[in-house]
Amino acid sequence: MKPPEPLHIIKQRREGLLRSLVDGVPYISFLGVRFDRRGDELTAVLPFRDELIGNPRLPALHGGATAAFLEIAAMIELSWSTLWDGVEADGALPEGPLRLPKTIDFTIDYLRAGLPRDAYARARVNRSGRRYASVHVEAWQDNRARLFAQATGHFLMPPVEPRA
Amino acid sequence: MSDITTIARQFIQALPHSREMGMELEAIGEGSATISMPYDARLIGDPTTGVMHGGAVSALMDTACGASVMSHPQAGFSTATLDLRIDYMRPATPGQTIRTKAECHHVTRSVAFVRAVATDDDESRPVAMATGAFTVERKG
Repeated sequence: MKPPEPLHIIKQRREGLLRSLVDGVPYISFLGVRFDRRGDELTAVLPFRDELIGNPRLPALHGGATAAFLEIAAMIELSWSTLWDGVEADGALPEGPLRLPKTIDFTIDYLRAGLPRDAYARARVNRSGRRYASVHVEAWQDNRARLFAQATGHFLMPPVEPRA
Repeated sequence: MSDITTIARQFIQALPHSREMGMELEAIGEGSATISMPYDARLIGDPTTGVMHGGAVSALMDTACGASVMSHPQAGFSTATLDLRIDYMRPATPGQTIRTKAECHHVTRSVAFVRAVATDDDESRPVAMATGAFTVERKG
């Protein structure tokens, strides 16, 4: 029987996959979105800063910032869950530049005003086929049960390259 | 230019997040708004192609749609997005400004309905389209 893989190797590989998806995308750093990982579960975090304000009189998060945050959370979750099995089986990251899914459409449901504080989002891939995927994402601030926005998006999957 | 248009223009140009993304109000009035966003390396979504992130286009769409509602004579000044659907037809060409024209085409006592089109230099082929519903605040 094979000895169990050392923990730090597993963590290194999974963090490496997450970094390869998130780092290097300028808009994700511009918005300031980062990801917390627990095993295969990702939570997107949007730390509050004044530049994310839309209406300064309320003040409330810009609806556009909320939309972008949800779209990033959905797309990273989709790529992450698509690549996870292969990376875990191979024990290594895929070679070459990552091909990202393309957004076909994205529908955002604004449930309440975004407050001037950190926001969190978790996405769930409801259907992932060879060509199309459907992803739902929920966002909250202080209270996980009180969503301030949710969204559903459809994505075109990158062509699958034959594995060597 | 009517007072409401002047107020709407000043308000939109003061939105911190829109300013940070480089959005510029080009035209507004009578339930219609045009806002442009110059190409910016900070807004890239796919580093291999240099195409701007869909989220940046969504932010532009939301701003333009909200602005069109604010400028509508029947809608009143304050509004919030209820929902917004964005269809992405093609990637925006890297290096080109994205321009969104939003039209608030129907207003009831409670809801404003909006549609918007985003284009780059090739205006015959839209980059994205949006449909949304916005709140109408009761005048106190």
